[in-house]
Amino acid sequence: MTWLHRYIKVVVASTVLLIAAGGMVTSTDSGLAVPDWPNTYGQFMFSFPLEKMVGGIFYEHGHRMIASTVGLLTIALAIWTWRADPRRWMRRLAFTALGAVILQGLLGGITVLLLLPAPVSVGHAGLAQLFFCLTVSLALFTSPGWTRAQTAVDDATLRRIAAATTVMIYCQILLGATMRHVEAGLAIPDFPLAFGHVLPPAWTGGIAVHFAHRAGAVLVTAAILATAGHVWFHHRGRRELVRPAILLVLFVLTQVTLGAFVIWSGLQPIVNTAHVVNGALVLATSLVLTLRGYRCRFADLPQSAAAAGARDRRPPLLSGPAAGSPQNI
Amino acid sequence: MRLSKLRFRLVPALAAGLLAGGCGGSEPAPVAQTPPADAKRVDAATAARVSGRVTFEGPAPENPSAKLDSDPACARAHPDGLELETILVANGGLENVFVYVKDGLGDYYFDTPTTPVVLDQKGCNYTPHVFGVRTGQPIEIVNSDATLHNVNAAAKVNRGFNLGQPIQGMRNAKVLTAPEVMVRIKCDVHSWMNAYAGVLPHPYFAVTANGGAFELEGLPPGTYTIEAWHEKLGTQTQSVTLGEKEAKTISFAFKATQP
Repeated sequence: MTWLHRYIKVVVASTVLLIAAGGMVTSTDSGLAVPDWPNTYGQFMFSFPLEKMVGGIFYEHGHRMIASTVGLLTIALAIWTWRADPRRWMRRLAFTALGAVILQGLLGGITVLLLLPAPVSVGHAGLAQLFFCLTVSLALFTSPGWTRAQTAVDDATLRRIAAATTVMIYCQILLGATMRHVEAGLAIPDFPLAFGHVLPPAWTGGIAVHFAHRAGAVLVTAAILATAGHVWFHHRGRRELVRPAILLVLFVLTQVTLGAFVIWSGLQPIVNTAHVVNGALVLATSLVLTLRGYRCRFADLPQSAAAAGARDRRPPLLSGPAAGSPQNI
Repeated sequence: MRLSKLRFRLVPALAAGLLAGGCGGSEPAPVAQTPPADAKRVDAATAARVSGRVTFEGPAPENPSAKLDSDPACARAHPDGLELETILVANGGLENVFVYVKDGLGDYYFDTPTTPVVLDQKGCNYTPHVFGVRTGQPIEIVNSDATLHNVNAAAKVNRGFNLGQPIQGMRNAKVLTAPEVMVRIKCDVHSWMNAYAGVLPHPYFAVTANGGAFELEGLPPGTYTIEAWHEKLGTQTQSVTLGEKEAKTISFAFKATQP
């Protein structure tokens, strides 16, 4: 299981690279630099000469190559999990990830052949995040901290706000993807104001999508701060919750800063892509925190241990040191 | 959109896309057009003419240079760099402006030319940068470069296309069937490569050259809306009334601050 966990971490890292490559494709407007699919300029993808990977082809073909690699890694992941993991739901989850990556490849091809219609391109971006979430979940579920857990926090409030925060982050990412694919990234050209005002003085579809993404950022940041605050005040002794909570705050602050620089730089591709990748990290971190909040609901945890973890709901000053040993996940 | 609806829209579109991809490079069928028996045609004996000049007010801005280092073949073609044709000013005249009759022609019939308009990719640049083409008239797209290009027609009214030309000397013909001013054609491999096609059902269009000059000949007498379009500076319109055999001169003036 340890080696499987390590392998899944490699898949997670490869998926981050893939998301970055996809971000560069959109940011450099290279999505149609290779007009055919699954071939590349009529040649089998893997035999396309390196010296011809020029200009936009470098980004688009490079994205396809990394995607194919992640696809192959995911096939191996599904087979390995099927053979090595006794948990039936885990095996199903691994094959769900495989299905997602196959569907993602098809969506990528469809959006190229249909000349990048926004709904398909947004779907491609949204499914990328879901696939990333699946790989992160698989990594978490195979981690020693998860599999050897003796106690877990049983806090319904934490579960509710963490889950709501994760859903909000995902919706915000979809909104950002929509903004990118309808080319509304500079529909409001200044930041933090909008055309010099708090609210845009005029509204178009592009301005509305752009402003919604900014408003969404405020809501998501508030939700993340609320979640992190809840963890800090109620579960300060639980390292497996505090670490992702702190990371989440750091990532969201970075994300807001990057968002500002996206505007100030006039959609500079590297800054854009960093914003996309960091957004994925915000989502994944929130997901990890949420799943750890739900750890007590998984059947493989001793009931008594789950109950013991429930004591952590009390404020630290009343409960003293948190029950259970910190998990090293 | 509901998933079922999306599926029903996507599947035929994907099938069409795959078929189109599989048949890439095929020539379009010749445009078979039979004029109606009572077709109203322009009387050459009474035709009028409008000419003029498009000027640029103020100092000409410096155009950006192409970032040729992303493709060694392009860099070799322009050892001294390549300045883009975005705002091309010569002797105070603005070139690459598409001037055309926007309105007022009525129901005249015009034969569709079968001679193609040639759009060449040479030195990682489109030649011509701005051009007019008739609805149904073939556009012959040529790759004269020793590198790959894709030709992405981002049409809004017409059906767009995106074809690959990986081999030097490749030629493909495409037809745009609906009036559209303008269709942006771009290469996503070389982000600086842009061309603009004005697609019209009549022959009354011109692209300014030689210091911003243009000429529209053979117009039937009438009152017309003439529009001048520039890729960065926007559009301007004027109304002009032409009598039989009359020749009139009009002018347009653009400036850098124009939206």
